[in-house]
Amino acid sequence: MSAAMDTESTYSGYSHYSGHSKKAHRQGSRDRHKSPRSKDGSRSEKSVTIQTPPAEPLLGNDASRAEEGQDDNWGETTTAITGTSEHSISQEDIARISKDLEDSVGLDCKRYLGLTVAAVLGLLVFLTPIAFILLPQILWRDDLEPCGTVCEGLFISVAFKLLILLIGTWALFFRQPKADIPRVFVFRALLLVLIFLFVFSYWLFYGVRILDSKDTNYQGIVQYAVSLVDALLFIHYLAIVLLELRQLQPMFTVKVVRSTDGESRYYSLGHLSIQRAALVVLENYYKDFTVYNPALLTASKSRAAKHMAGLKVYNVDGPGNNASGQSRAMIAAAARRRDSSHNELYYEEADHERRVKKRRARLVVAVEEAFTHIKRLQAEEQQKAPGEMMDPREAAQAIFPSMARALQKYLRTTRQQQYHSMESILQHLSFCITNNMTPKAFLERYLNPGPTLQYDRDRWFSKQWTLVSEEAVTSGLQDGIVFVLKCLDFSLVVNVKKIPFIKLSEEFIDPKSHKFVLRLQSETSV
Amino acid sequence: MSYVPGQPVTAVVQRIEIHKLRQGDNLILGFSIGGGIDQDPTQNPFSEDKTDKGIYVTRVTEGGPAEVAGLQIGDKIMQVNGWDMTMVTHDQARKRLTKRNEEVVRLLVTRQSLQKAVQQSMMS
Repeated sequence: MSAAMDTESTYSGYSHYSGHSKKAHRQGSRDRHKSPRSKDGSRSEKSVTIQTPPAEPLLGNDASRAEEGQDDNWGETTTAITGTSEHSISQEDIARISKDLEDSVGLDCKRYLGLTVAAVLGLLVFLTPIAFILLPQILWRDDLEPCGTVCEGLFISVAFKLLILLIGTWALFFRQPKADIPRVFVFRALLLVLIFLFVFSYWLFYGVRILDSKDTNYQGIVQYAVSLVDALLFIHYLAIVLLELRQLQPMFTVKVVRSTDGESRYYSLGHLSIQRAALVVLENYYKDFTVYNPALLTASKSRAAKHMAGLKVYNVDGPGNNASGQSRAMIAAAARRRDSSHNELYYEEADHERRVKKRRARLVVAVEEAFTHIKRLQAEEQQKAPGEMMDPREAAQAIFPSMARALQKYLRTTRQQQYHSMESILQHLSFCITNNMTPKAFLERYLNPGPTLQYDRDRWFSKQWTLVSEEAVTSGLQDGIVFVLKCLDFSLVVNVKKIPFIKLSEEFIDPKSHKFVLRLQSETSV
Repeated sequence: MSYVPGQPVTAVVQRIEIHKLRQGDNLILGFSIGGGIDQDPTQNPFSEDKTDKGIYVTRVTEGGPAEVAGLQIGDKIMQVNGWDMTMVTHDQARKRLTKRNEEVVRLLVTRQSLQKAVQQSMMS
């Protein structure tokens, strides 16, 4: 463990000065677990500090590459040397292991309990009318009045209503649970309780008035069963309205902002509880927000650090640990400094844009050229030239080398290279060739960062979410509520606003009232 | 100079007599007019009141008969040879000024400096 900590401190110094995106990614992930980086401050001050000798960091860098477990340099070859001890585990690995343990044991019992209760209740409810009709037949058949036409008609109606109820219940309730929410779903629980009470009271009445007294009016009993089924259908209607229809009409507009880069979106929601609203937001997050790329975030941190660096507080008036006074003095001094970091930022950004555009142009040209080498064989031609025929995968492998370098350079410049492995690119290329896509369609995936769903699950950085809220998560949405959806690397801040009450009035315009007049100002010489 | 419907218009005017100049087949006066009841009064740069639809002098050619007679740019023409010019269309104004059988036109024009001059002379 200590070996890893040593290499941690040396890397963090290095990533300060080098712009390599990989190392920057490591720095970002390690920062979470390190307390204030005083070491960095001291390093850039040019004071004498004793650090491990410079030979080691070179090996340490390669260790990071090997640790990623992915062959990134498929355009060029490289040799990797592992210098640090092979048994070192970093802080984040420990965090990941503990999370996995939590997941497997987990809160699944709660979910399954809910499901079994609902299933048992459903079965009971379904069998109740049948039981009501059959029990008198079984128990006191001889005393019963004969079942007339009306009675038999009621049998048919009970059968069909039960069938409709069965289909409706299947359609509404028998679905794969798509999410695991922290608290119980209030409306569902309410409905289950209602159904239970309802059926219980019917059984009570049946038991006391019919079973005990052995009522002989069979038609009355059948009608009682029919009324039960009718009431069940109405409860089903209530379930539809409460669970499905009520939240469809939009009442709130929700603004979702990602904490790391400020990307924001707006969604419209109806009357939902906070946990369900969080679910909707997350479902939309995966398809609307561009993928979280930690490599893009480190620039501002290094700028801020450089800004405050080089300022040191000397206490001239003797020992007195005025920490807050010191920090305030530092902030004031840093603010007054005439540094040109804004200048640096401007030129850096302009430079970066130019570079990206150049690489993009080269990439587009290379891909277009590569695609001209491939031609689809028509059916008749397929018999004529059996020699050179290739299937899509082979065709992709054939044209890939000519564009590989340009593509890799572009991905490096836009810091997307860890999201696309060589295998995935080849797969995408053969997919595009099969579907007759143009070079532009092939490139659309690489030119702009897409939504999270587009990428491999391992690269998501966002699978486990925590809902942080000041109000109870089962309470409904109100205007002004703020809750946060946290995952390990970033969080989504959600701000709820009510859609304003719209006063719409009408004005009638007669189509004949559109009349116009010319406004001139002419000048005539006389 | 503002027009109140139903009330007579009062203004301090100057008499200007222009002798038309013969140029080839035409008789020219040497100035340009703008305005009229069929025109847009808000675009008139010379009028004090932007709802005034009268006829204004927009240009005076150098050395022409109008300049010689003392017509200035920005003047509002009130009468031409006795015909009223405060409520005419642009084309009617043009016609009244360019009658072929008239060699001399006698205009009554008004401008803001006239009003001021009269006021000053009254006060002193």
